[in-house]
Amino acid sequence: MRLITHNMLQCPVKGCSKDNFPLRIEDAEIENADADFNPQFLKRMLDRIAWGALVQTSFSLGVAKLPESPGDPNDDEFLQTLHHVLLETRVKEGRMVCNGCGHVYPIREGIPNMLLQENEV
Amino acid sequence: MPDFPTPDLSHLTRADFRNVYEPAEDTFLLLDAIEEHPRIALDDDRQRDRDWPSVCLEIGSGSGCVSTFVAKVVGRSNALFLTTDVNPHAARATRRTGEKNEVTLDPVVMDLASALLPRLRRSVDLLIFNPPYVPTESAEVASPSNLPAPLFSISASWAGGVDGREVLDRFLPYADELLAPGGVFLMVLLEDNAPEEIITEVRDRWGWTGRRVKERRAGRERLVIVQFVRGADVHVG
Repeated sequence: MRLITHNMLQCPVKGCSKDNFPLRIEDAEIENADADFNPQFLKRMLDRIAWGALVQTSFSLGVAKLPESPGDPNDDEFLQTLHHVLLETRVKEGRMVCNGCGHVYPIREGIPNMLLQENEV
Repeated sequence: MPDFPTPDLSHLTRADFRNVYEPAEDTFLLLDAIEEHPRIALDDDRQRDRDWPSVCLEIGSGSGCVSTFVAKVVGRSNALFLTTDVNPHAARATRRTGEKNEVTLDPVVMDLASALLPRLRRSVDLLIFNPPYVPTESAEVASPSNLPAPLFSISASWAGGVDGREVLDRFLPYADELLAPGGVFLMVLLEDNAPEEIITEVRDRWGWTGRRVKERRAGRERLVIVQFVRGADVHVG
């Protein structure tokens, strides 16, 4: 799971409406995989990223330091850092936990599983 | 327009296709619709300046054949290619098919798009769904209240319930939440699903423009690719 994907995921438990984003990542096995650097794509994505959640998550995983608010989209160094965090940093194994309801979502072979039990839908 | 080869699926075996829908006529018709789409497949000059789509989402990605093809046509670094499937085998197959074809897909196991909202509200530029559309008994349809029994059974990939519309009807409200202004939604249907009825319903509910973009006979079925476009100037609220 790349961190850009994590940035899009929210706890889907019915009635869970508080502290349900971002999901807290625990026991993460992190890996890096090279991706093509595309500054135009990153600029287009900036307003679709939940920035605070990304900063918090990257900090908790100990990956590259991001500024508290999005940097200058024309600053190459900022975009390179963002590229690495969003698109090259992956959680291979681990789990995500909802800070609101405590639901646990496993990540196996790099794929998060957001399925719920019948009584949670 | 450059020609795009069908994704290489040689890494998937008979054993994989016992758990995951194997690309068939409907898949290939969808690939043709993508390759011929004037906003998705661009000539080289326009490809260099491409600024759309940024976020692609395929629901029920199965083998990953379709999203891999989308990533090839759009350009692998030009967009995010998110996929969902309720079947973990399918999510793994999707990731592997991306890797085999040197594109990165981002598969997540979930029911439809349940964990992507509200984060992706009005944010998906290209939405693709080849739903389970075969008319069957309701009991055969995979749904949140009918998991996990049919979850890993291959019938969940095609069993569509009454008129083949049960999964599709459950997804349409998600589509309204997800699709960005100016966004494109491509969907596979059978003639038996009454595409015109669905086009009219969607137009009346959300004002989207819908039309058939591709159709082909496959055995006793007639396959139809329907495209919906959300107006760029709709009130986003």
